[in-house]
Amino acid sequence: MSVSDLFKQELKVVNMGLESFYTDLRNQKVPTIQVQWKPAAGGDRKMASLLDRLKRSQ
Amino acid sequence: MQFIEEANKKALEIIQKAQPTLVGMGIAGDVVPGMHKHLIMHAGPPITWDRMSGPLRGAVIGALLYEGLAQTPEEAEKLAASGEIEFDPCHHHNAVGPMAGVVTASMPVFIIENKTAGNFAYCTQNEGLGQVLRFGAYSSPVIEHLKWMEKTLYPILKEALEIHGPIDLKNLMAQSVQMGDEVHNRNKATTSLFIREMASSIVKTKASREDQARVLDFLNSNDHFALNLSMPASKATMDPVGQVRHSSVVYTMARNGTDFGIRVAALGDRWFTAPAEIIDGLYFPGYSTEDANPDIGDSCITETMGIGGFSMATAPAIVQFVGGTPQDAVNYTTQMYEITLAESDSYKLPPMNFRGAPTGIDIRLVIETQILPVINTGIAHKKAGIGQVGAGVVHPPMKCFEDAFEAYVGLLDDEGLLE
Repeated sequence: MSVSDLFKQELKVVNMGLESFYTDLRNQKVPTIQVQWKPAAGGDRKMASLLDRLKRSQ
Repeated sequence: MQFIEEANKKALEIIQKAQPTLVGMGIAGDVVPGMHKHLIMHAGPPITWDRMSGPLRGAVIGALLYEGLAQTPEEAEKLAASGEIEFDPCHHHNAVGPMAGVVTASMPVFIIENKTAGNFAYCTQNEGLGQVLRFGAYSSPVIEHLKWMEKTLYPILKEALEIHGPIDLKNLMAQSVQMGDEVHNRNKATTSLFIREMASSIVKTKASREDQARVLDFLNSNDHFALNLSMPASKATMDPVGQVRHSSVVYTMARNGTDFGIRVAALGDRWFTAPAEIIDGLYFPGYSTEDANPDIGDSCITETMGIGGFSMATAPAIVQFVGGTPQDAVNYTTQMYEITLAESDSYKLPPMNFRGAPTGIDIRLVIETQILPVINTGIAHKKAGIGQVGAGVVHPPMKCFEDAFEAYVGLLDDEGLLE
């Protein structure tokens, strides 16, 4: 299915990241769910690198 | 990493198979390891007199008056600051204490044995609400009530327990989480079940009818009485986890009113601390956050095991006490599954379709998701002696987990276990 076909159908949206995208779509009555996603360790570089260290050793 | 997963599997097995059992009562000086006349045990991580918050200082003053080591509050303060009194966390003596958590040599304690691992935990009897030592009150009625607990309540409960025999606390708490208690800030069902177990044995004691009735009335009037059983039951469950090498499971969370501290299995007895937070909650009429002391007490050992705030979904009525809606309670519990490794085999939560309580906090998951443990708790007034001013929800500071995680990775690195 091409991208253009997608927009000819009823949209059902899963939004990750900025919640305002989700709110705008909801306000336009588009069925949408918000995924509460954050980068690992909330983007903290030091903690992310320690997590990475553990994962690389697997 | 395979060895971490194996260590955590062992830690979870310890938690799941624990059998905390109330086996008796005794006087702290006789039964608590390391207890002596000049030792004051307190909640949370280690702290010195000069850094103690109002409620903890008040409880220390009250304890010195209770022990007869000082005759006036002024004398008690002077003695506390003199260096002649030793302060040490309850957690260093296999014990736990709610709020200020102060325990001294003459205080009666419950003795809980984890029948699986063979370790013991201790906790004083709950005083009830209002003007009480654990919130830093030290007026004459507070000391008189403590004396009544020592001279009347304790001997009757001790004798009644000997008549009754040991009480399986895991079974008791597993029932109460299905009766609307999360067993930290709501203990109504647990206390009721305890009274039901003990009532006939209490009337079989040699005490006078009048004293027996007063004991039963006191238990009935104090919905939080069983908190001082669920806390040592959780402590007895979690302590052996602290022996599991390489495990990333948190086995202690505790606060002294100034600092919040955690301990992680792989890192043994080492505390990771940061300033305790102010609690977000509902305040009694006439009080606000301006009056609140930072977070205090060992009671979040219940959350460490997976009940309390972690099982908030099962106690919808508690939101009237700590704030929020029943849906918030479900959301809190749902979120706690993100930072725990298992679901309890014993503590099943009806509103979660009987899922087991979120069990085994993994510091790796806390760091990765940035989701902090949720704790239901009481709020103490920052000035000694005023007491409880509200209740609410609080989280540990992220710094405790960040420092612990850094130390954990450092330990594995030092042992040559990382690539």
